[in-house]
Amino acid sequence: MSSLTAWEIALQIIFQFTYVWIALAVTLAASIYYKDRLGLYGHLFDSRVGTVGLLLVLFWVFTAIFADLIITQDALAQVSGMKNKRPGTPVRGLEGAYYLLGGDNLARDIFSRMVMGSRSVLTIAPAATAFAFMVGITLGLPAGFRGGRLDTNLSFLANLVLAFPVILLFFLLVTPEIRSTGVPIYLAAVLFLFPVIFFVVLFQSRFYTQPMKRNLYVGVTLVLGLWAYSGLAFNADPLGVFYMEPNLLNIFVSVVFVNSPTVYRIVRGLTMDIKTRDYVAAAQTRGEGPWYIMLWEILPNARGPLIVDFCLRIGYTTILLGTLGFFGLGVSPESPDWGMTINEGRKLLSIYPHLAIPPALALMSLVLGLNLLADGLREQSLKD
Amino acid sequence: MLAFIFKRSGVMLLTALCLTFVVFFLTNLHPNLEKLAKAEGSMRMSDEQVQSWLDTRGYTQPLLVRYGEWLGVMPSYRYTKPDGKVVGRCIKPAMDPAVAPQYCGVLQGEFGLSSVFKDEVSTIVSKRLGLTGWLMLFVMLLMVPMALVIGVLAGMREGSKLDRSLSTFSIATTATPEYVSGVIFIVIFASSAVGLKWFKGSSASAMDTITFANFTLPVLTMAFYGMGYIARMTRASMAEVMTAQYIRTARLKGVSFPNIVMKHALRNALIAPFTVIMLQFPWLLTGVVIVETLFNYKGFGWVLVQAASNNDIELLLSCSVVAVFVVLVTQLISDIGYVFLNPRIRIS
Repeated sequence: MSSLTAWEIALQIIFQFTYVWIALAVTLAASIYYKDRLGLYGHLFDSRVGTVGLLLVLFWVFTAIFADLIITQDALAQVSGMKNKRPGTPVRGLEGAYYLLGGDNLARDIFSRMVMGSRSVLTIAPAATAFAFMVGITLGLPAGFRGGRLDTNLSFLANLVLAFPVILLFFLLVTPEIRSTGVPIYLAAVLFLFPVIFFVVLFQSRFYTQPMKRNLYVGVTLVLGLWAYSGLAFNADPLGVFYMEPNLLNIFVSVVFVNSPTVYRIVRGLTMDIKTRDYVAAAQTRGEGPWYIMLWEILPNARGPLIVDFCLRIGYTTILLGTLGFFGLGVSPESPDWGMTINEGRKLLSIYPHLAIPPALALMSLVLGLNLLADGLREQSLKD
Repeated sequence: MLAFIFKRSGVMLLTALCLTFVVFFLTNLHPNLEKLAKAEGSMRMSDEQVQSWLDTRGYTQPLLVRYGEWLGVMPSYRYTKPDGKVVGRCIKPAMDPAVAPQYCGVLQGEFGLSSVFKDEVSTIVSKRLGLTGWLMLFVMLLMVPMALVIGVLAGMREGSKLDRSLSTFSIATTATPEYVSGVIFIVIFASSAVGLKWFKGSSASAMDTITFANFTLPVLTMAFYGMGYIARMTRASMAEVMTAQYIRTARLKGVSFPNIVMKHALRNALIAPFTVIMLQFPWLLTGVVIVETLFNYKGFGWVLVQAASNNDIELLLSCSVVAVFVVLVTQLISDIGYVFLNPRIRIS
């Protein structure tokens, strides 16, 4: 069998993504059809930048979902004789199978690894960002609303973390030695508590006049939250549903820790701005409690900038995860993590450029999509 | 103004103390010390031997005491060997313990010895910082003017075609971290297989003599990622200034558009980017580490990686001190500079 030409490779890759194209077309058609009812999301299609960004992001989301159907080879399998082979080389011993983007230095299929790599990024980055937002919101709202000593102390702490060079913090926090001392678990114990606190306070402040409803919501939050909390932070889930690899926990916690002070600063600034509005004064006159005002009056009105920052921050977290992988601190040495693949490929860059380019372009296009999406959202939310 | 600087400096000092303590704590965790003992002594030391190795060097004292010693506010630990010889951190070989100084920490300028490079930490760090200084200089010379020009051009006519394309370009650069753009640049410009072969993919030779061929790619890689952010900030600031009353007045007076931009808008539009550029320095540290690893340029970032991966505690601590110092000083300068540049705050 002869190798594929560049055109054949391109066609084959487009064909492999069939499910993604179908899913994209369906989503796009439905979104444009129901555009007027979808609020900010619908308005997004009015800006070209936002549409392009959304398409890029959705492309990678669907790729992560359908990864099993897209890959042509097992992402971890090593086929002898395929080491550093050029793109389009037929797989030895398998009729009609090709390494579409070539083989890496351990003779694994680069295309399949790139596709599978989207999974780990697209689960860790949004989740870590969401946790960072929980921490930032839960601390930033009272700091901005109350001010005073609470604000001074929390802001000092936030500035402390912000003054820490990110790369140094990673080198210190993501090491095998530190895992044995339990520092990541202590950090997780603190950071993972915030989502539970956030939702409990959220329901308590709203429904405390209706004890039945309150008990239901707060009860469900507590049961689910503490269940997940025990499993994720301490690996002590009695049912074994929630579990995180120690290495993954370490990375996750570090990324949340780095991101939350920035979110805190944004939320604090927004709160200080919004608390002077008339509707806050009206709520105060009605006799609403401070937490109700913060969570049900101020927070919904701060959503525009927060959604924009959420998109940007997922992109930034993706870059951070890539940086970690680049320095060999990634999730696990075998996993097809983009950053780690770039790191492995860069050593042979001048002879075999095809090793590092696919994951590099994948990471760049995902982050670019998120940034463009954020820009489109900003533009549209300012119009309202 | 003076009270402001005074207060800011106080907060900065407190931050520096807290941060160095955290770094000290994280580098001096027990597993790290154990690893150090085994690396310095022998790999096959038993647990008791490790313990006694740590004991004789004062590593088993309480953390705060050791932090004080490292800082130079506590007398350094001394140990009297069974044969009556006194050893300690402050007592250099061939030095009489009686005349050796009691305090030898960072405040006395003693940064200790690197366990990997077998040299004074201060000489290593100063040499490597010099190399990184050149890199930073060229990055700043390329990045700042480019970013400002892009930002001003994009911001002077908000919503125009020029604005849209330049804004998209700056978004694209912020989406391209150094390890992505570096890899792409190497493949395009330096790869021996497919590339243009204009530049070199390694900057190891730039440590002796900087040439166009060996230094362009690292500088370009670093400047590329940082540029977009500054450009976007400049654009936002410029766009805001262009809607101000005095710009409209100038237009109604009949001042030409280039004159409005150059004489009226630019000065006020550049206050905000100044802060951003100063705050960009700590960000650049990550870039320095990545670029120096990627291009094999043995500067400060490279040393930081070496120290972290080889458990070189003293060296890592000193690198952290330098990094934290740079961050805090640039923050201080940006705060003071903002007040100084902005007449509305300066005069009131």
